[in-house]
Amino acid sequence: MADISPAPSNPPQTGTKPVIVARGVRKHYGSIHAVDGVDLEVQEGELFGLIGHNGAGKSTMFKMMLGLIPVTGGEIRIDGAPVGGAGGDFRTVRRKIGYLPENVVLYDNLTGLETLQFFAKLKGVPARDNVTLLERVGLIHAAKRRVREYSKGMRQRLGFAQALLGKPRILFLDEPTTGLDPEAIRGFYAILRQLKSEGVTMVITSHILAEIQERVDRLAIMAAGKVQATGTVQALREQMDLPLWFSVRVDPADFEAVRAALGHLPVGAIEARDDHVAVQCQRDTKMAVITALATLDGKVRDLTVREPSLEDVFFGFSD
Amino acid sequence: MEFSQIAAIAGKEFWDRIRNRWVLAVALVFTAFALSIAYFGAAQQGSVGFRSIEVTIASLVSLVIYLIPLIALVLGFDAIVGERERGSLDLLLSMPITRVELLLGKYLGLAGALAFSTVAGFGLVGVVLSAQLDLNALFHYFGFMLSSVLLGCAFLSLAVMLSVFAADRTRASGLAIAMWFFFVLIFDLLLLGVLVVTAGQWGGEALPYMLLLNPADVFRILNIFSLEDVRTLYGLATVFPPALAQPWLLGLVMAGWIVVPLAIAAWRFRLGAGRA
Ligand SMILES: Nc1ncnc2c1ncn2[C@@H]1O[C@H](COP(=O)(O)OP(=O)(O)O)[C@@H](O)[C@H]1O
Ligand SMILES: [Mg+2]
Repeated sequence: MADISPAPSNPPQTGTKPVIVARGVRKHYGSIHAVDGVDLEVQEGELFGLIGHNGAGKSTMFKMMLGLIPVTGGEIRIDGAPVGGAGGDFRTVRRKIGYLPENVVLYDNLTGLETLQFFAKLKGVPARDNVTLLERVGLIHAAKRRVREYSKGMRQRLGFAQALLGKPRILFLDEPTTGLDPEAIRGFYAILRQLKSEGVTMVITSHILAEIQERVDRLAIMAAGKVQATGTVQALREQMDLPLWFSVRVDPADFEAVRAALGHLPVGAIEARDDHVAVQCQRDTKMAVITALATLDGKVRDLTVREPSLEDVFFGFSD
Repeated sequence: MEFSQIAAIAGKEFWDRIRNRWVLAVALVFTAFALSIAYFGAAQQGSVGFRSIEVTIASLVSLVIYLIPLIALVLGFDAIVGERERGSLDLLLSMPITRVELLLGKYLGLAGALAFSTVAGFGLVGVVLSAQLDLNALFHYFGFMLSSVLLGCAFLSLAVMLSVFAADRTRASGLAIAMWFFFVLIFDLLLLGVLVVTAGQWGGEALPYMLLLNPADVFRILNIFSLEDVRTLYGLATVFPPALAQPWLLGLVMAGWIVVPLAIAAWRFRLGAGRA
């Protein structure tokens, strides 16, 4: 029978095909439970963030997903194939994967270009893309210089170029922006966006929330070897039901009017500050507060709402 | 097993040693020693100049037996543990390469560098001497070079094994030094001790075979017993079972000294991955 479903013409998007699946994964070093029962599912084409303090177990999780260390318990599958399992498709899976280790260590005696040539050989990809890759990460000017002379940020970029060798379909990036200046960080995420539009699945770890929270599709918050929460930034905020803060800019003479207008609403703290009133409320009273403030027209000079940052969510979970 | 992966690792190791002039330095050391032994070795007897090839080889053997194991152990002791300690091993192992391929690549690259230095260093001297040597002497000298390469490969294999087992570089270097002392200095003394203490009652028969448990001794026998002159010189002919004077048999034992430590290293290194 003929397949009548239309051929996909759109660029690849985040699908619902799980590419990385972890079930009950544990890694114990003696009494240290580095990873302690983690379930994860990363969908095809997704940019997934793994967030947590130092020692939360992120890097250990990466190493198990890559098959570098055995799991103590549980199971990890990449593209349906169990990681670390026997079988000839180990090489096929590895060729699909790019990995940037935390604080990447490369070979000091090689130049940037030679470094890529070496790893390209191991990955079995043609050397002609190496120069393009160095251009892409902004290292072309240092291609012939030895890694010994590279700064921390340059090493990190070279490590990133290495991870991109052979157009991998899955990228594991462990704290990829350490050592990069803000400009370079923007450049780095621009490349990630481009990769995302090409349908690459990416997992990225960080302990800097501000940097990652607006840039990933979904994230998992890890603490003490466990995933505390998973979802979109928005979902996590709502799930936590953290209060919002209104900042109502009014003449100090009108402070009491604001208090009176909000008196009948279930708001939290109402604090008078220098030139504004700070009002705390739950998400479900947000619209009611705005409506009430509208009755004060003329008196309210400005109004801003501060959503709880992921930082709040994060520390809320971790503590 | 994919050869291209092994070749990629081996190539890097080899060219690293070429580029940092390790190969050049070691070859020069060998050349200098061989030349001075060939021409000035008899100086204390009042004669300077080339003597017989047999005496030259015998002197070279007693030098090389200390030097090559040391060089090989220093070359190989951090092959794996060095990458682990620097933090570059994870990235290597995330490539489409098996642990055994990585290990073999490391070994072959280092062995290539060592063999190249040995052949270049002693080969140069061989060329210089060739004018004064007949075919038979050249053959002996070639045998000496080949057995030197094998000796290096055997100790390199032991070194790579250490580098897999050791928890860190410091311990690996300690073990390497201990291994050198054991095989080069202590082993023969132990055998001698057994012989003396038991007044030849025990071990007299087995002793020659015990020598096979030490690659350095295998090297010594390989060179001495291919030379009639030296055999009579050392007066060992009566003690020694003729079976052990077979170069091919000794070569086989040497091959065992290369393969077995490597196999143990591969077994241990694979365990680290937690794969069956
Ligand atoms: N090889 C190891 N041996 C013992 N403990 C380890 C080892 N690797 C990691 N750990 C411990 O596991 C925990 C998680 O580490 P890690 O995964 O590196 O955290 P993160 O990457 O989130 O900072 C830490 O407490 C760390 O000390
Ligand atoms: Mg980490």
